[in-house]
Amino acid sequence: MNLRAIKRNIPFVATASVCLLLFLFASLRYKGFLKLPYLLGFISDDAYLGIAAIGLTFVILTGGIDLSVGGVIGLTSISLALLVEKHHMNPMYAIPLVLVGGVLFGTLMGCLIHFYLLPPFLVTLAGMFLVRGLAFVFNQESIQLTDQMLGGHSASHSLIVFNSTIKIPLANTSIPGTTLIYFVIFLIALVVAQFTKFGRNVYALGGNEHSAALMGLPVARTKIGVYVISSLCSTLAGIVHLLYNVKGDPTSGTGLELDAIAAVVIGGTLLSGGVGYIAGTIIGVLILSIIQAIINFEGSLNSWWTRIAIGMLLLLFILLQKLIQAKKFKTAGTFQKT
Amino acid sequence: MNSAFNSPTWHKLKWPLAALMLVLLYNYFYTPGFFQIEMKAGRLFGSLIDVLNRAAPVMIISLGMTLVIATGGVDLSVGAVMAISGAIAALLIAKGFALPLVLMISLGVAIVAGVWNGLLIGYFKVPPIVATLILMVSGRGVAQLLTGGNHIPFKHAGFEFIGRGYLAAIPFAAVLTLLLFITFVIISKRTAAGLFIEATGDNEVASRYAGVQTRVVQFAVYAACSLCAGIAGLIATANLAEADPSAAGIGLELDAILAVVIGGTALQGGRYFLAGSLMGAILLQTLTTTILTRGVPTQWTQVVKALVIIIVCLLQSEVFRRSFQRKPATA
Repeated sequence: MNLRAIKRNIPFVATASVCLLLFLFASLRYKGFLKLPYLLGFISDDAYLGIAAIGLTFVILTGGIDLSVGGVIGLTSISLALLVEKHHMNPMYAIPLVLVGGVLFGTLMGCLIHFYLLPPFLVTLAGMFLVRGLAFVFNQESIQLTDQMLGGHSASHSLIVFNSTIKIPLANTSIPGTTLIYFVIFLIALVVAQFTKFGRNVYALGGNEHSAALMGLPVARTKIGVYVISSLCSTLAGIVHLLYNVKGDPTSGTGLELDAIAAVVIGGTLLSGGVGYIAGTIIGVLILSIIQAIINFEGSLNSWWTRIAIGMLLLLFILLQKLIQAKKFKTAGTFQKT
Repeated sequence: MNSAFNSPTWHKLKWPLAALMLVLLYNYFYTPGFFQIEMKAGRLFGSLIDVLNRAAPVMIISLGMTLVIATGGVDLSVGAVMAISGAIAALLIAKGFALPLVLMISLGVAIVAGVWNGLLIGYFKVPPIVATLILMVSGRGVAQLLTGGNHIPFKHAGFEFIGRGYLAAIPFAAVLTLLLFITFVIISKRTAAGLFIEATGDNEVASRYAGVQTRVVQFAVYAACSLCAGIAGLIATANLAEADPSAAGIGLELDAILAVVIGGTALQGGRYFLAGSLMGAILLQTLTTTILTRGVPTQWTQVVKALVIIIVCLLQSEVFRRSFQRKPATA
């Protein structure tokens, strides 16, 4: 491996080491941490965060940002629950309906950002308020899915039993269906980012938009595309949240945008765009889950510490990125991108 | 600049003013008693006074936010800073500290929060959105930690005056806003600070080469913005006579940004306009009050505001404007 490749991988290696260290620390300090059901438990708990963070990785790779991910999760969760539980719509139609909604929302934001040159943070911040507001307009309280029979069948039945029917047994426990969805999305995203034309365009756009345009790459399609992917992923995350908790909630995903950004940045993706890996984001999510688990195990620590800890860890990794970038500018004159 | 209608001030002020007039006109016809102002026990009462009183926190924050946006940055942490300053003030009042000390400590902490933002953005070159997002989320965590997540009620006539009191028949919060506005205008127009802020926003690198201490400018604007947020936090807390760390200032960052953008300050930085931001904040509050008095559920206000900000930004976007003009004859 040449020197440049090593340098490019410093953030990723740092992330992997931090994850390993935290894992070792937790497994040595707490009894019961190293049990398979527990480990699977916290991966499954954060599956929806992981899915949203995967989508966000694409946006950040282009140098943009999406603050609406949490809001989209809330809106998806409540509208799907409302459609199925209150309007007795078949989930076979309701799920595609919310997915289409997510895609349209992403397209709208992408178009505003690309064609009208509006700052991504502003458009997605307004988007966040829009979807969160809509979620509360639809229903102010959470809706529990019930196995209520109506005309011989229950519309929400298939949603409620999803995790208990679709699962992979493993030792004395099992991997729930929602976690499998997470793995599948991860694999698809990995392939899209590393082995497709679109993926290469995303990296090129993040490296230097002007050069990408001069090279004749489809800037418009790629830029709008990443916001569509992010919205689609958050919608899927909202669906997973509903399936996992069997409850639609307009407040779900509140403040999740920071967690998702933190996972992406901790995972080694540069905020300036062009450098990063989908796999890094997964490790970033894992680090956040382990921190949460440690705070739970400590018992004496308040849950508000989680927010503060995530903020501080994010800060640490951003400063690390700055350090690496500063060195890169001094040593190599040119930027080498993936 | 000879007549008042040719001055740049008027030119920038006319759109928010026109929108405000439109909303007021609507209220004139459809909301009975909207323009009634009564004098009760030496205090003015009425919907318009209420609008001024309620708009005070957003107006004050929008002053600081204007300066931050003028340097090309943004501050998402204002809501969290409001929560922190309110929580600290309530805790100290409950412990029986003297009022001047309470004000000094809570506003001092707000300034520290701003210096923290300025440090990350000015020295470590962290993108403003992310730097302030960190404080937005962990700051609220800090506020909740301080109060143990509880509401902190208190009774203190002197402190409650900040949010509920009247000075010469006018709500004290509105008077405070006016005083802050005058201070900000004097600093921008009578000292070189305004020039430095605009230069930093226009081209940071060029300004630095020209001898402007851009880092100091960034420090100062983020500190000023946090101070404004701290004052707004005190007003909100005093008005409720309790600190509510999980609800104080939620969503206010969008309101403040919206007020600044409506007021004609460009998000790219480089030019700013304090009077416009105040006008924007008043417009927003009038809109909210109108929505509420029309009996529309509260949840809708967020949706309406989000749509308004997108429309205003589109109107400001060069590309959007050009798409409505005919193709120019010359290139």
